[in-house]
Amino acid sequence: MPEPLMTYLVIPLVKIVVILLVLILGAAYLTFFERKILAYIQIRLGPNRVGPKGWLQAIADALKLFVKEDLTPARSEKFVFLLAPVLIIVPALLVFAVIPFGPSDIWRLTDINVALLFVLGVSSVGIYGIILGGWSSNNKYSLMGGLRSAAQLISYEVPMGFAVVTVVVMAGSLSLVRIVEVQRELGVWFFLPGIVALFVYFVCGVAETNRNPFDLPEAESELVGGFHTEYSGMKWAFFFLGEYANMIVISAMATVLFFGGWLPPFPNLLEPLWTSSALAWVPPPFWFLLKVAAFIFLYMWFRGTFPRYRFDQLMRLGWKVLLPVSLANLMVVALGVLMLGERS
Amino acid sequence: MESAHLKAFADAEEMEISFGPQHPSTHGVLRLMVKVDGERILDVKPIIGYLHRGTEKLFERETYNGCIPHTDRMDYTAAVTNNQGLVGAVEKLMGITIPPRAAYLRMILAELQRLASHLVWLATHALDIGAQTPYFYCFEERDKILDLFEEYCGARLTTNCMRVGGMPFELTAGWTDRCRAFIDQFPAKVADWERILTKNRIWRERTVGVGVISAADAIEWGLTGPPLRGSGVRWDIRKVFPYDRYDEVEFDIPIGTNGDTYDRYLVRMEEMRQSVRIIRQCLERLPEGPVMAKVPKVIKPPKGEVYFSVEAPKGELGYYLVSEGGDTPYRLHVRPACFINLQALPEMVRGQLVADLVAVIGTLDIVLGEIDR
Amino acid sequence: MAEEEKGAAQASAPPGAPAGDAAAPPKAPWEDKPATPVPHDASAHPAVAELEAAVPGAVAEAVEMAGQVTVVVPLERLLAVCQALKGQLGYGFLVDLTVVDWPGREAGRFDVVYWLHRHRDESRLRVKVRVAEGQEVPSVTPVWKVANWMEREAFDMFGLYFGGHPNLERILTWEGFSGHPLRKDFPLEGIDTGAAIYPDVFPPGGGPVAGGGEE
Repeated sequence: MPEPLMTYLVIPLVKIVVILLVLILGAAYLTFFERKILAYIQIRLGPNRVGPKGWLQAIADALKLFVKEDLTPARSEKFVFLLAPVLIIVPALLVFAVIPFGPSDIWRLTDINVALLFVLGVSSVGIYGIILGGWSSNNKYSLMGGLRSAAQLISYEVPMGFAVVTVVVMAGSLSLVRIVEVQRELGVWFFLPGIVALFVYFVCGVAETNRNPFDLPEAESELVGGFHTEYSGMKWAFFFLGEYANMIVISAMATVLFFGGWLPPFPNLLEPLWTSSALAWVPPPFWFLLKVAAFIFLYMWFRGTFPRYRFDQLMRLGWKVLLPVSLANLMVVALGVLMLGERS
Repeated sequence: MESAHLKAFADAEEMEISFGPQHPSTHGVLRLMVKVDGERILDVKPIIGYLHRGTEKLFERETYNGCIPHTDRMDYTAAVTNNQGLVGAVEKLMGITIPPRAAYLRMILAELQRLASHLVWLATHALDIGAQTPYFYCFEERDKILDLFEEYCGARLTTNCMRVGGMPFELTAGWTDRCRAFIDQFPAKVADWERILTKNRIWRERTVGVGVISAADAIEWGLTGPPLRGSGVRWDIRKVFPYDRYDEVEFDIPIGTNGDTYDRYLVRMEEMRQSVRIIRQCLERLPEGPVMAKVPKVIKPPKGEVYFSVEAPKGELGYYLVSEGGDTPYRLHVRPACFINLQALPEMVRGQLVADLVAVIGTLDIVLGEIDR
Repeated sequence: MAEEEKGAAQASAPPGAPAGDAAAPPKAPWEDKPATPVPHDASAHPAVAELEAAVPGAVAEAVEMAGQVTVVVPLERLLAVCQALKGQLGYGFLVDLTVVDWPGREAGRFDVVYWLHRHRDESRLRVKVRVAEGQEVPSVTPVWKVANWMEREAFDMFGLYFGGHPNLERILTWEGFSGHPLRKDFPLEGIDTGAAIYPDVFPPGGGPVAGGGEE
């Protein structure tokens, strides 16, 4: 096989397949973990019947959704109705093209120098899925869900952008790989100087993924599922997978931007331990996934703890609290970087 | 655009939403026609009757003790207090005095029922506002109460646990110990739930100032129970017209100040503590003796009419009994607390947001079985 | 005054019978025959006198039973009486409103029963009007807002027309239901719900027409 074919087609394809498989399976299994974690928070057992200790529950759910009748409301916009779930899931998966799971090329699909812009841009496309899904269902609840979602995503994109820019200022690069490398070189992860940015980023991230306490667009008790009320079967599963994939995206980005990506924890204190022969074999993606899992656990913890915000309160929080805070934080951090003058 | 209806949809400024009867937050089969402008509610029109079973008509056929199971099915989260109201009405019309042990047993069961009913309220109310977890905590405790009911009368939900003239059964051995064990651990649980909710910022933002009704309006709209007390009116049938032996136990009536959803929440939480207090006193004083008064085999109240009400968990539950001297009621009308409390709903939500609607439905603590009868 | 105290206390236990003295030689009330309450005239009851003073000629009849006072009011004075009761006498809380059906009674087929509460001294008063079939009852919704749904229920269940009601619709049965279920002549087993579809077979005001639903 000629060399270029190998480098540019076969290896990336294999990587793509692996990433997609892991991601989709991971998203499916997140539902299982979420149910288990919520169950432990809520003093009950959670799924424990399908397979050993319930481990096949996610597979059973997927099978159920596959064979379920796929309903399309009679008076819906058929094409848009079909398009919406695709619009949700594709951008969510696309983002993983630039996420670095490890230091070397083998651990990532690609590294582009505007990776951060790519992530922000592509993940914003997902919102169209929700709006169009809500609108095309021809259901008033769905429409309200879609509208809520539109307002919510637009409002929270702004402070999130400022939070991300804070990291860019500190790292001096838009490349995700470079951002992690800078954290390694400095020996300080960005969550320390950027604790406020981290907070803003993660709150916005929870809001962008429509999760508790910001799950207004679907709000079972108000809008009966909101934008996906009319969806069933695999189309609904796409919305669901999209939501969980987005959770992984937000968590992965938080890891890369603030928690040193694939770097092992406590680089300064435990440096000898990580380089010792006992633990040196641990592949970097392990640390990466560990941190991602921690963030995802936070998501689930929120869900077990918080009531839901109301629409106007959500807007107020976004525009009146998070936006000024992230803006002020950006100025402070930029000033700090300028004073220290280490990088430009 | 191929479909004109979608265009009309997009152009309309006001939208009418049919909220229910299969909506998860209407606590049954309530239907609300909600007129909204965006998220703001312009008007609400409740449509009820989906669960109408003609209970009052059925009463006219049943013997007096035969009516009791029908009352179970009105407010099915508080069957004991429903029983209590009915037997109280018949006893009042016949002039029966029940033995003190029966009276104390009724109070214990009724207060346990109040706890169980408030637990269902807290569970669903919190769930409506988006907090899932209290639901499971509350239902765990409620199950313990239902276990006590089951042990006493064999039923968990539709208890049918009182008879005209007293109580049908003696307590099983060790029941009082199990009941005491339950109420001993209960206040700590209430404190736990309060930790999840009372100071929670989101909970407060969602409930403070939502569904406000002033004390004067509350009386005008006939609100009773926690919705009335939440508006700051210290009024409770157990104090005003004490039945059974409520005049012999000490308890406080908590009231709110602002008449909003948060105050009603606090009132009910405090009521749970007060119920525990009542049960504890009742268990301490529970006298020995018969549980059934000497009543004729066939209950035949004299010709006449009487109204008797109890403080059900939802409010004043009254029975208006008209007898012609036969062994079935000539007319037995129920004054359902939920029915009348629900009537104030449009008043309380007008001008607020759709999300507040579910909060206010939750705070009114309605049960459609009692509304529709 | 003892009368009044009795009226205020709704407890089924008579005063002076606390728990514990069950063993006393005179039989405890729960071992004895029930002390059946007897209705008696209550024209002299302070609540009735008060009402008579506020609206002269309003009280056609006053009965007290089991400590509860019932005042029968002529239909044409009902609204005036209710306004006085709420305004001057302070009965701010309409607890209950219902109807009792007495088919074949000369004084009018229906009793409309209002059960009022006064927060000032926590006393209650029952006001009754007698209404003949087809007669219009003035709505008390202008006096007590809470009467709205209660009157709708009474209309639904008994077919009484409340004049001046803002929205007199059926409430528990559905729009188009024929008949009024709580009337004594409405069959207990119900009517065919086809009434909604065949209103000519099930005319308003009662059960199915004999032989009407057979074809």
